[in-house]
Amino acid sequence: MTNFESEAQLVEIENLTFTRGDRVIYDDISLSIPKGKVTAIMGPSGIGKTTLLRLIGGQIKPDSGKILFAGKNIPLLSRADLYEARKSMSMLFQSGALFSEMSVYDNIAFPIREHTQLSEDIIEKIVLMKLEAVGLRGARNLQPSELSGGMARRVALARAIALDPELILYDEPFAGQDPISMGVIVRLIRSLSDALGLTSVVVSHDVPEVMSIADYIYIVAEKKIIGHGTPEQIRLDTSPLVQQFVKGEADGPVPFHYEAPAYRDELINISAGDIN
Amino acid sequence: MQQLRFLGKKTIDLISGLGRAVILLISALIHVPNIRKGTPLLIQQLYSVGVLSLLIIVVSGTFIGMVLALQGYTILVGYGAEASLGPMVALSLLRELGPVVSALLFAGRAGSALTAEIGLMKATEQLSSLEMMAIDPLRRVIAPRFWAGFISLPLLAAIFSMVGILGAHVVGVDWLGVDSGTFWSVMQSQVDFNKDILNGIIKSIVFAFVVMWIAVYKGYDCEPTSEGISRATTSTVVQSSLLVLFLDFILTALMFVK
Repeated sequence: MTNFESEAQLVEIENLTFTRGDRVIYDDISLSIPKGKVTAIMGPSGIGKTTLLRLIGGQIKPDSGKILFAGKNIPLLSRADLYEARKSMSMLFQSGALFSEMSVYDNIAFPIREHTQLSEDIIEKIVLMKLEAVGLRGARNLQPSELSGGMARRVALARAIALDPELILYDEPFAGQDPISMGVIVRLIRSLSDALGLTSVVVSHDVPEVMSIADYIYIVAEKKIIGHGTPEQIRLDTSPLVQQFVKGEADGPVPFHYEAPAYRDELINISAGDIN
Repeated sequence: MQQLRFLGKKTIDLISGLGRAVILLISALIHVPNIRKGTPLLIQQLYSVGVLSLLIIVVSGTFIGMVLALQGYTILVGYGAEASLGPMVALSLLRELGPVVSALLFAGRAGSALTAEIGLMKATEQLSSLEMMAIDPLRRVIAPRFWAGFISLPLLAAIFSMVGILGAHVVGVDWLGVDSGTFWSVMQSQVDFNKDILNGIIKSIVFAFVVMWIAVYKGYDCEPTSEGISRATTSTVVQSSLLVLFLDFILTALMFVK
């Protein structure tokens, strides 16, 4: 793991195994997320990338393995300690998850009001600063239903940084965005990380966007980490699976066809059945 | 074999569902309440769960009282017993119809709305996002809604009985000509506070607990999709209605059968 080993790690996952029902989602994976960097986790949809974020956030528990956040093993924390740890992390949900009965302003003020005793004057200043950072100071009085998808995600981002967390978990931040709001979000993630020294974990399958902002990339597929490195190293990775994913080829180690009996046999059986 | 497996699965689902419902209730309700933050949340819910249900309760109560008076009068007058119209109406409303019908209406009006609201909050990841903000959704979302319904329903049932009696007065006294003094005085002598009014209140407290528990549990436990929410909403209304009627039978047997 080259040059990151010497640096401080904010999140370390060791020998993590997680199953849902009979299905194994992660089979003994280990990865580490360096402080102050943008780390991306990429992989095809449906392999549990969001699950990984929920594991880090302690919303679900792994079958075995350690998830260390700032040295604390998340799955073993008591409820009170877990809630304390969550105060220094936040998560940007795919849908934005804004509270629909509150205005944009109140959505951002919400975590501050809940967790601090600050006066309304100071809260107002903080909210305006956060809204300015995402370029939506003018939208403070709108309701979430009046926002476009891209704006909702930016408001959610402002809410996620309201309490200046150490770690932000981004769940598919680019999914379903038009090119312009995609560009805005890419810029925001990078600049928040650089300006505030935030540690970011971006879960995504949008290859070009991730390649452009990530400092380090893990590619997850088939319950394992199949490749990791800087965007440069990933581009040069020789593994066919990594290459198929990065280049977006339809067929390769991940086959185009879902598992099925032979095409020819099936067609012949159908016509035979019709005759009878 | 197939049926046996199906039966077993249903039984396990039922029992684990019950377990989850109990855990939900315990973790939502057993904690030190935060007066400063909790009160505004409770008041807001009292408004949307209780006050907004007032109209349907008042209108239904009035009509049911009127119908009772009409039906009661036509039967009683045959025996020359129309003086007993007052107590007949009052006892039916206080003992049975007040608590039961208002619980059924409440399940349809407020219970289903709560299930849908909580389910939608789950589907749009609002509950998860509360958790990630280190705010317990059980305390923040579930508890105020539960308590608001628990407080509202007994009051709504009392209002239901009251407007029902007034509706019966309109029909019985003002229209059909029963003497107003008789209507009230016979009612007063026949209705016992402990036996009739208090038992009615106890019934509606039990129904409030059951309806709200089902409503918040169904919302919190629903599958976070549009079908999941619609199924949860339906089953809130169906299950709480059936359970209210069943419990009414049990409670009536305990309270009124010597």
